[in-house]
Amino acid sequence: MLQAKAGQFFSSGHTNNWAVLVCTSRFWFNYRHVANTLSVYRSVKRLGIPDSHIVLMLADDMACNHRNPKPATVFSHKNMELNVYGDDVEVDYRGYEVTVENFLRVLTGRLPPSTPRSKRLLSDDHSNILIYLTGHGGNGFLKFQDSEEISNVELADAFEQMWTKRRYNELLFIIDTCQGASMYERFYSPNLMALASSQVGEDSLSHQPDLAIGVHLMDRYTFYLLEFLEDIHPASTANMNDLFKVCPKSQCVSTPGHRTDLFLRDPGNVLITDFFGSVRKVEITMETINLTAPMVKVTSHIKCYREELTVLSSRTKG
Amino acid sequence: MGLLSDPNRRRALTKLLTRLNAPICVMCYLAGVAWFMGLAFEPFTLRTYMSENAMGSTMVEERFPAGERALATGREFAAHKKKVGGMPVDWLVKTMQSRGLEVFTQSFTRKLPFPDENKERYMVRGTNVYGILRAPRAPRTEALVLSAPCSEGNNNNQAVGLLLGLAQYFRSQIHWAKDIIFLVNEHDLIGMQAWLEGYHHTNTTGGDWSPLQGRGGSIQAALSLELSSDVITSLDLVLEGLNGQLPNLDLANLFYAFCQKIGVLCTIQGKLQRNDWDTTSGYSHAAQTMMLMVLKQASGRPWGDHGLFLRYHIEAASIRGINSFRQYKTDTTTIGRLLEGMYRKLNNLLERLHQSYFFYLMPSLSRFVSIGYYMPAFGLLAVILLLQVLNLLVYVGIIDSFLLSPSVLHQPSSPGVLSILTPVVISHMTGVALYTLPILSQEMAVQHFPVSETEAVVLTAIAIYTAGLALPHNTHRLLQGEGTEEGWRVLKLVALLYLAVLLGCTALINFSLGFILALSLVPIAAFITPHTPKALSAAIMVLLSPGCTLLYCVFVFQELQETPVSLQDGWMLFLSVISQGILDHALYGSLVYPLLALLIYPCWLLLWNILFWK
Repeated sequence: MLQAKAGQFFSSGHTNNWAVLVCTSRFWFNYRHVANTLSVYRSVKRLGIPDSHIVLMLADDMACNHRNPKPATVFSHKNMELNVYGDDVEVDYRGYEVTVENFLRVLTGRLPPSTPRSKRLLSDDHSNILIYLTGHGGNGFLKFQDSEEISNVELADAFEQMWTKRRYNELLFIIDTCQGASMYERFYSPNLMALASSQVGEDSLSHQPDLAIGVHLMDRYTFYLLEFLEDIHPASTANMNDLFKVCPKSQCVSTPGHRTDLFLRDPGNVLITDFFGSVRKVEITMETINLTAPMVKVTSHIKCYREELTVLSSRTKG
Repeated sequence: MGLLSDPNRRRALTKLLTRLNAPICVMCYLAGVAWFMGLAFEPFTLRTYMSENAMGSTMVEERFPAGERALATGREFAAHKKKVGGMPVDWLVKTMQSRGLEVFTQSFTRKLPFPDENKERYMVRGTNVYGILRAPRAPRTEALVLSAPCSEGNNNNQAVGLLLGLAQYFRSQIHWAKDIIFLVNEHDLIGMQAWLEGYHHTNTTGGDWSPLQGRGGSIQAALSLELSSDVITSLDLVLEGLNGQLPNLDLANLFYAFCQKIGVLCTIQGKLQRNDWDTTSGYSHAAQTMMLMVLKQASGRPWGDHGLFLRYHIEAASIRGINSFRQYKTDTTTIGRLLEGMYRKLNNLLERLHQSYFFYLMPSLSRFVSIGYYMPAFGLLAVILLLQVLNLLVYVGIIDSFLLSPSVLHQPSSPGVLSILTPVVISHMTGVALYTLPILSQEMAVQHFPVSETEAVVLTAIAIYTAGLALPHNTHRLLQGEGTEEGWRVLKLVALLYLAVLLGCTALINFSLGFILALSLVPIAAFITPHTPKALSAAIMVLLSPGCTLLYCVFVFQELQETPVSLQDGWMLFLSVISQGILDHALYGSLVYPLLALLIYPCWLLLWNILFWK
């Protein structure tokens, strides 16, 4: 039983998790985009990814906006149950630093040497990366901060650069904007899975207004995504097919889309926690190690963990 | 060969032009009038909608509770006002300070050029009191204004009470991103002019006021409140400002949206909206509302205290509470909630209101006609002038000489420059006399005739206006010799071009004024010649002169307001309109009186000269 679970643990091939969460719009009436991003941030942190592995980019400060009747809070639900801003939010790129250039530099790693670690995506070829974008978008573009746009071609090229530089093992791309599906149309690198809140020609709608604060608090897709993620805990076995079912047309009004053709594994075998959580890989061994014995040359014990995996799986099968 | 380069075709074209000139002009005129009247027909209008994204919908929770307390404050204000016999400055300062505002006062004096008989004032001295509610967390870069006038008698006490009640309520909120200035101005427009000039450090009309000690950043929007009863049945929105300037349509849309949300009856021009647009009475109702707006805009005077803000690019409107005989009454708490909602939405603004239209006409509060739709009506009238110009150019020979080959060049006998220049100069000098003499000579008139100063000014103006009619006979006494046939054509050419440019520029700034002047002046400009029957033409010209147009507008305005007046009362009203126009120009810089006296009247005199050309 334990060995079967072990098999499942090593099936994804990643050793660490990263998340890049971006909110691209500013101004008070775009409160919901910041709330979207903070909700995903909250879930991702809760499931185990530490701040050092999260690059959070928020284009505007809603919590301390002069118009916020509840300063230092960002709510996701009109009953004010969930303050997604919390006490320990760590924003890496804030305000005017959230630009297309900075976003692409974070993804590709081409940052000036003076950039601090917290602003870098220090992923390697065994990293699973979650990328979440939200804001105002259109057919083939996403608007950054009212003055510039990122196109789907640029994004696809950035992912290709990441693949060439072996900066990710698998990548999950979620976008909650109008006509979001257009943003993943041009991907061509392997091991990319993408979800979007609406198809080309559809608008993503906001969920609920809050009369006390005076703005819409969340977008529909992310609201139901948050509801879904609240049920996930680090040991849950929910897989990607459940994520694809989040927010059907009856709830979202728009039709969420997804793309899995570039992904090498079957989505049914991909756990939610492969991307949203940071599940520690535990190596189960049956050998006992005698710690009192004198030191032996270590090199003989160093094997590629893949070898061990095959050995272990052959052992369990046999 | 091309249309214009083939001489035969050109000749045919010019023959067509001259032959069909009169019918085309008549058709254009009728089309222009029909287009204008058709603007009020509902399928040709657009429904109003909020254009500003930052303001969004009416998604806000209004919680203003203290309507009764506001009324009590209003009664206190009334009592102090009666005790002091004017504006109770000390009480207002103390009350505003107790509500946590930063209070400042501004004193001003103004000597009118002649006594104002409508409001019975001549030497005006007063004080404005305003309190600034500082935004709790924001830098002091932007502000919103809520003002209520301090009027005499029992007017607007409830407005001041509600203003103070809202000030107290707003003070306890932390979500204000702009400073809010609560202003109580004395002597309505004169006080408001002094305050605005002091705030913006300008002095365009020569008033005397003390500088403002406290400021709040650049003003984004302003509302002026007029409320004279404890309960109301409807709220009236007043948009027309100085020189016919209108606030951004989004402000009217915001007001309408909140009235719908809260369930208060709202009107524009005092008329309630009707749903039966396909019936004649429904259409005429919408047409009447639109005509009222046109007449108010054409008068160029500010129809509420908000009217002076517009000049500084501050979107402002006046909200007037009306208590009529209706079953359903709205109390002060509800009005307070409506204002709270509007201010919360204006608070969300990031830039000045600019997404919606600045030039529009409203046949009802939920329908509007934008400049792109109403300008063709004026364009059709202006085309008549241009067609007449082309016609004259053919006659004078200028067009033919370009079109025909050089060997057949037609040498026109050019009239002397003096015979053209003289009428122009004399007409404009009469205009200058009409502009300056009434005020300058009021003392002399009062000494010689048993009239008051105001009557002296107005009657002098009318006298100069009528004296201008005698000019042509006297001009020709000055000039030796007879004018030529070519002479009057060139003069008419000059007059037509002048009128076209004048009316065009006026219509761009104040469409209503331009259109009304065009309606009366274009027919006479187009068809007047020395050869038309003199007595009939003279009568028509006088009947369509700017002065008489003003008289008709007064009568039509009274009709539309459902208070028709007799001839006698109408005449007295006409005289007071003239005096108000002169006062508006002197006090606030309204441009209607100088436009009519210095530019339109001389143009009409030129045409009168043409009629009596010898």
